Amino acid sequence: MVAALARGDITSTELTTDYLDRIQRFNSKLNAFVTVIADEALAAAANADKKIKAGEGSRLTGVPLAHKDIFCTAGVRTTCGSRMLDNFVSPYDATIVERLHAAGMVLLGKTNMDEFAMGSSNETSYYGPVKNPWDLERVPGGSSGGSAAAVAARLAPAATGTDTGGSIRQPAALSGITGLKPTYGRVSRYGMIAFASSLDQAGTLTTTAEDAALLLNQMAAFDPKDSTSVDEAVPDYVAALGKPVKGLKIGVPREFFDEGLDAGVEKAVREALDVYRDMGAEIIDVSLPNLGLSVPTYYVVAPAECSSNLSRFDGVRFGYRCDNPKDLTDLYTRSRGEGFGPEVKRRIMTGAYVLSAGYYDAYYLKAQKTRQLIAADFKRAFEQVDVLMGPTTPTPAFGIGEKSDDPITMYLNDIYTIGANLAGLPALSTPMGFVDGLPVGLHIIGNYFDEAGILAAAHQYQLQTDWHKQTPKGFA
Amino acid sequence: MPLTPEDVKRIAFLARLGIDDADIPGYADNLSRIIAFVDQLNAADTSDVAPMAHPLDRVQRLRSDEVTEVDQRSIYQQNATGVEAGLYTVPRVIE
Repeated sequence: MVAALARGDITSTELTTDYLDRIQRFNSKLNAFVTVIADEALAAAANADKKIKAGEGSRLTGVPLAHKDIFCTAGVRTTCGSRMLDNFVSPYDATIVERLHAAGMVLLGKTNMDEFAMGSSNETSYYGPVKNPWDLERVPGGSSGGSAAAVAARLAPAATGTDTGGSIRQPAALSGITGLKPTYGRVSRYGMIAFASSLDQAGTLTTTAEDAALLLNQMAAFDPKDSTSVDEAVPDYVAALGKPVKGLKIGVPREFFDEGLDAGVEKAVREALDVYRDMGAEIIDVSLPNLGLSVPTYYVVAPAECSSNLSRFDGVRFGYRCDNPKDLTDLYTRSRGEGFGPEVKRRIMTGAYVLSAGYYDAYYLKAQKTRQLIAADFKRAFEQVDVLMGPTTPTPAFGIGEKSDDPITMYLNDIYTIGANLAGLPALSTPMGFVDGLPVGLHIIGNYFDEAGILAAAHQYQLQTDWHKQTPKGFA
Repeated sequence: MPLTPEDVKRIAFLARLGIDDADIPGYADNLSRIIAFVDQLNAADTSDVAPMAHPLDRVQRLRSDEVTEVDQRSIYQQNATGVEAGLYTVPRVIE
């Protein structure tokens, strides 16, 4: 697409019209977009075409894009999947929105998501669940489920997402696309609505690793407006894709194959590892002995930070406000009670509980210690190997409503992805086959700031396989 | 230790979250299960472990104390439900 645009084989206006037409035809089935901005998109496309013609375009100029509705966009509402922000229009753009806009990308609209990014199925959205394009009775994963479904059904060539415990990689796996979560601090979070500040990171959902590298080239940069942004050199991720797999040391943590892993998913991982072995990689058995602590650690740290971050929604300065509050406390409690959905309330209350007087040491402090143990396991593994591989999720996509009654069952779905967030490592998911007709993902975790290494490993795999080229039926 | 309905009411008040009475038993059950689940962390030996302060072992970057923001009050206040004379309005606090 990038090459076709540059050559003039196709214009951005033609591309954008085509994607808008697909959204028009298929979004009612999927519920992937919350907001579509057709007029603005066509105007941006016309502008991009002028730039390309004048030879002023970048590689991304004229390429359509969707943003997860967690990124603030000036003039276009940003809901975060919540009634709380149903009418919220940000006064400014998030840094990555600004950077991708500056590169000439064309924004099609904003994608549906779990409310405040809290969920693994996209069922907690105020705007209703997103459907998996491979099976409309199933979830696309979450929380970046709208972005994943949109890219999987080719309603957008690329989308942004955020990943706090797996929210890019898990939906990418369940929807059959490529999802990248960079190192903590690699991509600016300015203008990205905060959930858990020590874990959140912005990334990409695309069909290929090459597209992810193209986007990351433009997204990764030091941002003085984000205090967690790191001032590290940004390599050319596209140029690094050619790095051969021969000699690559791939660690396979045995804990990723414990009880709970679907036999079909395990088979797909073993076959993917065979592909790497055939390309000359060395497969090494490693151990992450504290991996079992990652989900409980996460469910202390993330709710604690969310209860603090979400205290800004007070019904006064922005967001939902209840009718006729009788006093200030009533204004706060009713605005928040009516504005937030049940999963967000559950997490805020879990957070308030673990941070409350008498419990802080037993829960939050303890979890930050177990988190250190988990991170140390990863550091030890990376002394031996270049990347870690395993399944992204224990099973393929589950049914809508199937796990929504029991929060713990839902939380365990992120068992393989949460570790990388707790340790702050970069990781991605690439399509690696199908189980019962549903896509499953290969999880590749890299060392700190080695996005180039995991993208190259995924790209080389995608050159050998065509799982990432498969598209769901019914969206032709 | 399971959470009682009173615990849920106390936490909801701490978090300034309005919860319908009918929903309290459900939250008590969910939260009890979540707390029981995270209680398994107690089995981990962390006696010699320092709590993680930053995933990359870095300290928060500081900036010089200079005014960088411009006044955009009227733009920001477009998102508020109640504004009067440039101020946010709330129910009367002092009689």
